[in-house]
Amino acid sequence: MDPSKKRKARLILALSVAVLLAGALVYSSFSASTEASTPSDVMKHGQPGRSYELTGKVAQGSVTRRGDRLLFSIRDRNGHASVPVSYVGVVPDPFREGREVIVSGQVRGKTFQAKRDSLVTKCPSKFTEDKKKA
Amino acid sequence: MAGLGSACLTVALLVAVYAAGASVYGAVTSKRAWVVSGRRAVYCLAGLTITATVVLQSAFLRSDFSFKLVADGSSTDTPTFYKVTAMWATQDGSLLLWALLLSIFSSAVLFLTRRSLREIAPWATAVLGVVAAFFLLLMVGWENPFTTLTNPPAEGVGLNPLLRHPAMMIHPPMLYTGYVGFSIPFAFAVGALITRNTGADWIRATRRFALVAWTFLGVGIMLGALWSYTELGWGGYWAWDPVENASLLPWLTGTAFLHSVMVQEKRGMLKIWNVSLIMATFVLALIGTFLVRSGILQSIHAFGASTIGTQFVVFIALAVIVSVGLVVWRLPDLRTDAKLDSLLSREAFFLLNNLVLVALALVVFWGTFFPLISEAITGTQASVGPPWFNRLTTPLALVLVGLAAVGPMVAWRRVTLSGLRRSLFWPLLFALTALVAIALLTNGADSLPALTMFGLAALVFSVVGQEFIRGTAARRATSGEPLPRALSALVGRNRRRYGGYIVHTGIAVLFLGVAASSAFHQQKDVRISPGQSFQSGDYHVTYVRPTARLGLDPGGTGAPISFGAVLRVRKGDQVRILHPARNFYPTQDASKGAIGRYFEGEATSEVDVRWGLRRDFWAAVRPDISSLDGPIREANRKFAGANGDVQGLIIGAIAERYRRHPPPATFRTIVSPMVSWIWIGGGIVLLGALLAGWPAPEARLRRVRSLYSARLGKELTSRA
Repeated sequence: MDPSKKRKARLILALSVAVLLAGALVYSSFSASTEASTPSDVMKHGQPGRSYELTGKVAQGSVTRRGDRLLFSIRDRNGHASVPVSYVGVVPDPFREGREVIVSGQVRGKTFQAKRDSLVTKCPSKFTEDKKKA
Repeated sequence: MAGLGSACLTVALLVAVYAAGASVYGAVTSKRAWVVSGRRAVYCLAGLTITATVVLQSAFLRSDFSFKLVADGSSTDTPTFYKVTAMWATQDGSLLLWALLLSIFSSAVLFLTRRSLREIAPWATAVLGVVAAFFLLLMVGWENPFTTLTNPPAEGVGLNPLLRHPAMMIHPPMLYTGYVGFSIPFAFAVGALITRNTGADWIRATRRFALVAWTFLGVGIMLGALWSYTELGWGGYWAWDPVENASLLPWLTGTAFLHSVMVQEKRGMLKIWNVSLIMATFVLALIGTFLVRSGILQSIHAFGASTIGTQFVVFIALAVIVSVGLVVWRLPDLRTDAKLDSLLSREAFFLLNNLVLVALALVVFWGTFFPLISEAITGTQASVGPPWFNRLTTPLALVLVGLAAVGPMVAWRRVTLSGLRRSLFWPLLFALTALVAIALLTNGADSLPALTMFGLAALVFSVVGQEFIRGTAARRATSGEPLPRALSALVGRNRRRYGGYIVHTGIAVLFLGVAASSAFHQQKDVRISPGQSFQSGDYHVTYVRPTARLGLDPGGTGAPISFGAVLRVRKGDQVRILHPARNFYPTQDASKGAIGRYFEGEATSEVDVRWGLRRDFWAAVRPDISSLDGPIREANRKFAGANGDVQGLIIGAIAERYRRHPPPATFRTIVSPMVSWIWIGGGIVLLGALLAGWPAPEARLRRVRSLYSARLGKELTSRA
């Protein structure tokens, strides 16, 4: 093979490998992703067996502990619809009533069964909160 | 004083715009005086931002709460170290830090290149001026760090307790130095494209800046990981959080850039690739700065909504458009000087390493922005978790370490297979022996990726070792020097090369730590009462007794209350005592009650780690203070109006109650093998990078000499 043909063949090979890898990237990300939903979404359309990433605020006065299990409700960021959550695992430091949290898991009956250690609390935006109150 | 600060910023904005304008005008009309004036304006800019920073810092040190920033991010009882560093815990303050670092870096590079790169430098000055003007405009227009309060409070809110960690305080300036540093090669790349000087001059002039930026960014990322490991209370060092990823992205493309520029310097190839890489790196650095504060992605770091998101998006879009436009416009000038001779050549390996690094960056980028991508395509936000990242990045990381091992063995232009076999024989033998030993003697074979990483790291070590041995031996054979002198002369004369080898070694050590700790860590979460025990890996852990300290936080974070536990950890005959604790910081929220506000504020884990080369034993505690709710409520009622001393006594009594009637506490313990290797590897990388970047005395002399001879030659030809 003369050099220019060889180069072209190499280029085509490299490009097709790149396309394949990109395809794998796109496919794997869509198949492995979990949907972010608000409590009202989960209440309305939540199907058992599917994974959701629930985001919202911890409802006031809803946090209780039963043994290792942490029970609380997550409500819509700007609303009152809320979903009871049952969670086991490490609770992040800034977890507090009224804070924004993210937790992934599945719907079982009426409660949201959270995946172990999946609870994430957003860094305290206490400065902005305080400002709003003032 | 705040007026002085604001004035500095406004004047600085004008000066930055002037610097850009004067340089461009001077470059277009070939009026040298304007170019010089533009350059001096950048020095002036540095003076102004330094003054502004000094004004702000002195306000923090004096606890001058008429500054809104000081009232929001500091307090009189904040320890001095955290007062100094509180500036960059806020959005406005970190913008000032950006502008400060940028103007200092720009001054340095323009000073160093004042007698060279006469065509490129004015345009680079203009680019740096525009970038500085953008950040100054953000502050002057929207986020002024010198905003004052008409009714200053008596006491400030205090620095966010989660940030009260030495690593976290050094981390932002390190990251920013990295981000800002990459704007220097970016600016010169733009200048090179505009003036069609697409050789390697701009690379040589800014290579060291790129290396410094890369080093700082790396150190910043490491400190962030260390903070996560010791402060966040979950025991990991990397979570693929958007903000972590944002700092990794420019580091990955920057790493690629540092490698691929060598191909342009040596062979005049990959010109399009190099300018594209540095432009991508700069844009990613901007995105990194923006993401932390924007709140567009769900992140534990979302510090509330930002007011300057739109401005950032516009500027990033502008940078992308200008970059792509310039590259397309100058495509004819970016033709390569040489062709790839063989796939078995140093340049081919560099190209391969670049492709892997860029692929890694693409994966991380895609995963980080996946919520936005999926919302755009499917209409719902969805995200990919750490398992997805791990699955995709692990093979790429393995290939990367493999290339780091073999690459340095491959000669420029081409090598023969037999030549490669000769130079790789001993290293491969060593690596295989190590692999077999690890597989037989440890449980390393339980995880195939980890085992592969062990083998590849061993290959890196042996290749680098062989290079050092061969080089020293060759030197001794010709000069007859004693071993230590031969070694130091060898390294001293080829700093870039041997510095690079040391960096490779450090990266391999780091990946050893990552592989071992992620594949073989054992985690245990339990809830037990004092006197009870549990088993965590080979360790027998007993909760001996609770602790309750007041005002005696050993970490110096200024926490008034700290509840913890004494753990006895036994492995074989060895007994260790660990003291994990949880710090409680008061909130200013009056609704929590006079006493309750001391318990209801922020709380942070103060983990205790038994560091070790072979493994770390990591412990965190989460005391259950719900049993104190009753007494706290009662105290709130009875002592609402009491003075500070009385409240102190009451809090002491409540703490005493916790100590005497301790409820069960939740513990997390982690036995994590070889985590320390990550930090050690980072240190080795830093050493190697310093070595590679340190100017060699001879090189400096050579540069001065060549500069003078070039000027002499120019004058002679112009006269002739």
